[in-house]
Amino acid sequence: MSVISVQDLSKSYRVFTKRAGLRASISGLFHRQYKTVHAVDKVSFEVAKGEMVAFLGPNGAGKTTTLKLLAGLIYPTGGAARVLSHIPWKRENVYRRRFSLVMGQKNQLWWDLPAQESFLLHKEIYRIEPETFRNRLDELTTLLDVRDLVGQPVRELSLGERMRMELIAALLHGPDVLLLDEPTIGLDVVSQRRVQEFLRQYQTDRKITVLLTSHYMKDVEALCQRAIIINEGRIIHDGSLADVVDRFSTHKVIDLQFAGAELPANLDQYGTVVERRPPRVKLEVPRNDIPRVLNELLSNYSIEDVGVKDRPLEEVIAELFSRHRSSPKQHDSQPATVPESSTE
Amino acid sequence: MMNSVRVNWIILRTCVEERLVYRADFAFATLVRFLPIVTQIFLWRAIYGKDPNTQLNTYTYSNMVAYYLMAMLGRAFSSMPGLASGIARDVRDGSIKKYLTQPVDMLGYLFWHRVAHKLVYYFVAAVPFAFVFFMCRDYFDGWPDGWTVSAWILSLLLAFLIGFLLESLIGLISFWFLEVSSLLFIYMMFNYFLSGHMIPLDWLPSPLSDWVRLLPFKYLAYFPAAIMLRRPDGTPRYSHEELASELQMEMCWVVLLLIANRIAFARGVRRYGAFGG
Repeated sequence: MSVISVQDLSKSYRVFTKRAGLRASISGLFHRQYKTVHAVDKVSFEVAKGEMVAFLGPNGAGKTTTLKLLAGLIYPTGGAARVLSHIPWKRENVYRRRFSLVMGQKNQLWWDLPAQESFLLHKEIYRIEPETFRNRLDELTTLLDVRDLVGQPVRELSLGERMRMELIAALLHGPDVLLLDEPTIGLDVVSQRRVQEFLRQYQTDRKITVLLTSHYMKDVEALCQRAIIINEGRIIHDGSLADVVDRFSTHKVIDLQFAGAELPANLDQYGTVVERRPPRVKLEVPRNDIPRVLNELLSNYSIEDVGVKDRPLEEVIAELFSRHRSSPKQHDSQPATVPESSTE
Repeated sequence: MMNSVRVNWIILRTCVEERLVYRADFAFATLVRFLPIVTQIFLWRAIYGKDPNTQLNTYTYSNMVAYYLMAMLGRAFSSMPGLASGIARDVRDGSIKKYLTQPVDMLGYLFWHRVAHKLVYYFVAAVPFAFVFFMCRDYFDGWPDGWTVSAWILSLLLAFLIGFLLESLIGLISFWFLEVSSLLFIYMMFNYFLSGHMIPLDWLPSPLSDWVRLLPFKYLAYFPAAIMLRRPDGTPRYSHEELASELQMEMCWVVLLLIANRIAFARGVRRYGAFGG
């Protein structure tokens, strides 16, 4: 049974539009013009218990809006959603005790007090038994390596330490569903990795259901097997993360090591040279041309080593987003969700 | 029930701890608020002149100083600095998220936050207040009877509730208009005049005074002050029957404003866009 079930969920905003200039500002006092922005447009998906799903998309795609809908922060314009059998925007306390929303750019801890004061407040708000609270706090502070920092005012913590405290606050009540919005935004590489490792271990141990948005593909690759890609409010992919590359990457990379120290001069005819370090070279080649190009290269040149790789997920996603940005209507013709079997 | 009491106690305790973090700033801000009392007393002295029997609208100079000090005490309960603007800021920048996603009642949370704010304020201001009242003791006619003192204490507590509910209601308007600073400025201006902070409300000419007395603002300063005072002929400004009637009316305002707050919150949350992240 699905823990998160979303059908045709929509959220539209009426947004004030203003032309540039003083005259437009003055006329805007009397005649306001609005446009409707469909932040989330008939989105449907299901998430099973214990799944960790990446929710990907460019800025303004509707990822955070969807998370806010599932957290009951905002009301939808249409459609339906159930999380743990609850309608989120009813904001029943019994539901609010079973999920957590962590937003990387928002602080929910008391700024001027040590994090332990916020934790104690959470203990009461979420009605956590004293022994459970002690055990969880002990476990989480150990896992996240912040045991010595809980007595320090939050304002004096680094961004990475603060985010780890935020995660503790979000997990103290043992939520069944965790909604993570850019949890590693702004963190350095070490802090990012620590948060990633913690989330992976915690999710594996507890089998909680996680929906994660992140612009860091390293987060996504480290944590999620399934990805939902959303753009302009609509889902354009819902399937395994590996399929994202298969489906949306039109090219592969051939890694060649030539026998001599010199590289042939006419490699451009086979594809785009993306890296040239004699005797090695990397060629980006259309997927359909791979057999032909490999055949010709191996026939015409003396090659010591060869490998064919997918392009990095980060590049594929970046290209996909920029493709949709340059042709915004393109996705309209695609089905809202594409079954995995329909990939190229 | 016990859980709810315990949650509110922890909220109160945590808020008190937070208020005590910036001790020097808080103490300084509290003490500076006493300066206008001195200037106001001098101002009334200049207005009344040197004749101690001069009366303006049934107030002698002594009555006026006593009124002003009691009104200041009422304001210490009913003023809510930063409440409306704080709610508006939370709505605008998205910090309101914590109240909506956690199993906690936002208005209740803010209420206990404000109680903590006031408790720390009284703790810091108690000595200066006592000093000012001691220095001005000759302006008072002495303690009224126990019933009146009880009514006064109740009126101060109700003034706190009305002040909180009025300002939180303005803060909740930010669900509709993200920026409420102008609205708040207008409210503060009217509040200063209509609560009796500037002059006693019975100085206003009829029918204006009749209309003003129908509003809840008088409970913020005028009513708690006037309860404890006497007219120049020695009669109390409020009889026991009038006090009972006024307190009932004040409670009705509390209930009405509470309902208005609940409706505004429920409707506001429905149209909340969570734009601030």
